[in-house]
Amino acid sequence: MPTSTVQKMRPWAASPKDRALTGLSVLLSVLTAILIVAVTPMKGKLAYFALFFLAWFVIDSLFVVRKQGSKGVRDGLAAKVTLFGAVIVSMAVFSILWATISKGVKGLNLAFVTENMREASLFDPIGKGGILHAILGTLMLIAIAIIFSVPMGILTALYLTEIKGRAVGLIQFLVQAMSGVPSVVAGLFIYAAIILNTPLRSSGFLGGLALTILMVPTVTRTAQEVLNLVPRDLREAGLAMGATQWKTVALVVVPAARSGLITATILGVARIAGETAPLLFTVGVFDSYNFNPFKGDQGTIPTVVWRGLMGGTPESVQRAWSAILVLLIVVLIMFVLARSFGSKSPKK
Amino acid sequence: MNESVQLTQNGTHMSDQPKNTTPSSLSDVAAKRAETKIAGTQPLGTGLEARGVHAWFDKHHALEDVSLDFSAGTVTALIGPSGCGKSTFIRTLNRMHEFIPHTSMAGQVLLDGKDIYEPGIDVTKIRLQIGMVFQKPNPFPSMTIGENVLSGLKLAQLKVDNQEDLLEECLTRAGLWTEVKDRLGAHAGGLSGGQQQRLCIARALAVKPKVLLMDEPCSALDPGSTLRIEETISQLSKSMTIVIVTHNMQQAARVSDYTAFFLSDGGPGQMIEVGPTNEIFSRPRDERTENYVTGRFG
Repeated sequence: MPTSTVQKMRPWAASPKDRALTGLSVLLSVLTAILIVAVTPMKGKLAYFALFFLAWFVIDSLFVVRKQGSKGVRDGLAAKVTLFGAVIVSMAVFSILWATISKGVKGLNLAFVTENMREASLFDPIGKGGILHAILGTLMLIAIAIIFSVPMGILTALYLTEIKGRAVGLIQFLVQAMSGVPSVVAGLFIYAAIILNTPLRSSGFLGGLALTILMVPTVTRTAQEVLNLVPRDLREAGLAMGATQWKTVALVVVPAARSGLITATILGVARIAGETAPLLFTVGVFDSYNFNPFKGDQGTIPTVVWRGLMGGTPESVQRAWSAILVLLIVVLIMFVLARSFGSKSPKK
Repeated sequence: MNESVQLTQNGTHMSDQPKNTTPSSLSDVAAKRAETKIAGTQPLGTGLEARGVHAWFDKHHALEDVSLDFSAGTVTALIGPSGCGKSTFIRTLNRMHEFIPHTSMAGQVLLDGKDIYEPGIDVTKIRLQIGMVFQKPNPFPSMTIGENVLSGLKLAQLKVDNQEDLLEECLTRAGLWTEVKDRLGAHAGGLSGGQQQRLCIARALAVKPKVLLMDEPCSALDPGSTLRIEETISQLSKSMTIVIVTHNMQQAARVSDYTAFFLSDGGPGQMIEVGPTNEIFSRPRDERTENYVTGRFG
């Protein structure tokens, strides 16, 4: 069989002529935008961007209307509006990333991630001292918050999805209200409830508790959503074999939702990793290692950033940017680890 | 609802081919089945008995006064149009009905003479003895094929001396052993729909139920897989009591000893008639049954 004579075709793809027209309309729009900026008082990147899209809406519609009529124009407009939104959002994300990387990378060196600040001050030249103490402190706080909030969040979600007791409405309401709590309030709560009323003073443990208050609602709501996705069939299959509800949940429902529950944890960590305000009341600031989570102030990356920016000198601000970059990298590494750990379970 | 899916997926459904399923051919099938079956039937305890069972979903009366005897070691098919309460009825037989919120029921279901709805009874023990296979194959996605079969031991906290023997026995009885024996450690999601359903049957068998309830077990399967499962049912019926809900009257004729016809006239579903399968398909007593099995409605 001479199968090689059959040509692969994509009749639905844009023809060269279509592409030329699209290119032409984009080119015309760019030129229009440049022209308008040149002859009017409007200035700046944002002006180019907005004018380009406006011009493109008009010019491309003129091209489309001949071929596809008003329906095609509306379709094209809808597509462009969504593209416009997507571009704006990604510009925001990428400019944050770019600012962090471009400014932070200048202050990065080996000492920055392997030393502490006991012998150095924020105002010393870059290269002296580092923020390892703050990296370890942040990791410790995240670990404490995970230890408390993941079991609490998942158990609450199980109550909401599996037990469905009388308090479902109330708990649902409280969880939603809690996820709107400003982070500074969480810190103040721990400060007012524990530090003012007990002999306990600021420590990593109390900071972890403050972060737990912020993390629990995120974990609960996400866990609830993924548990609701587990088909009722699976629960019934477990129960139909003479299992108790507890056994069905532990052996069937939770394993089936495993990767989603890991996602819930990741989202919770993302919520708290950069929190600064609650830590100021509960953990304080510290320039060296403190491996005791129950006693003494603790260095954390967000407070290093905060102090660096407050410092105001080029060196201290540089340290702040580099610390932000380190925080991004630390969180990224945690996510990748959690994802690869989660994907060991079967996908389908 | 699910029924529309079934119409498109199940090529042998009555309404797809009304001309092929004349009553005589259905009763022929049933008669042939009856001949072969009687030889193998043996008494196995006293079976399952429903007495005056009603069921409600909130205020909706879904099932009215159904009394049915399932003798041990027989296969009973429940047939009837969609919404006639067959599935609701089968779910009252192992107390799965109560998992749907705001439901209620009335009547008695006797297993070996004891009411399974008696206050204070251990429901998990009841479900252990009355297993269930669902309409859609539902293997546990987080477990391997082998773990799925043996999951009932963990779920119901049973002790078994030789798990490997039990594994092989259950998969063999479900007609799946030769296909999966080399990949017991693979995940169940990789099996075809028909294999998954037989895996679910093997899983239900592992806890050694006396009764197996099957709620349209073949409605999502192709004819080949359906045939395999029907063979499996025939094998199993030698040692256990089986109740099967089906929309496929050919299937009812092929696999069952008794057939019960359910119907709802807009109100709650009722059981219209029950009898030996070949009689239901050859000379039903009730006109409505005759209309249904001859394909005049439903």
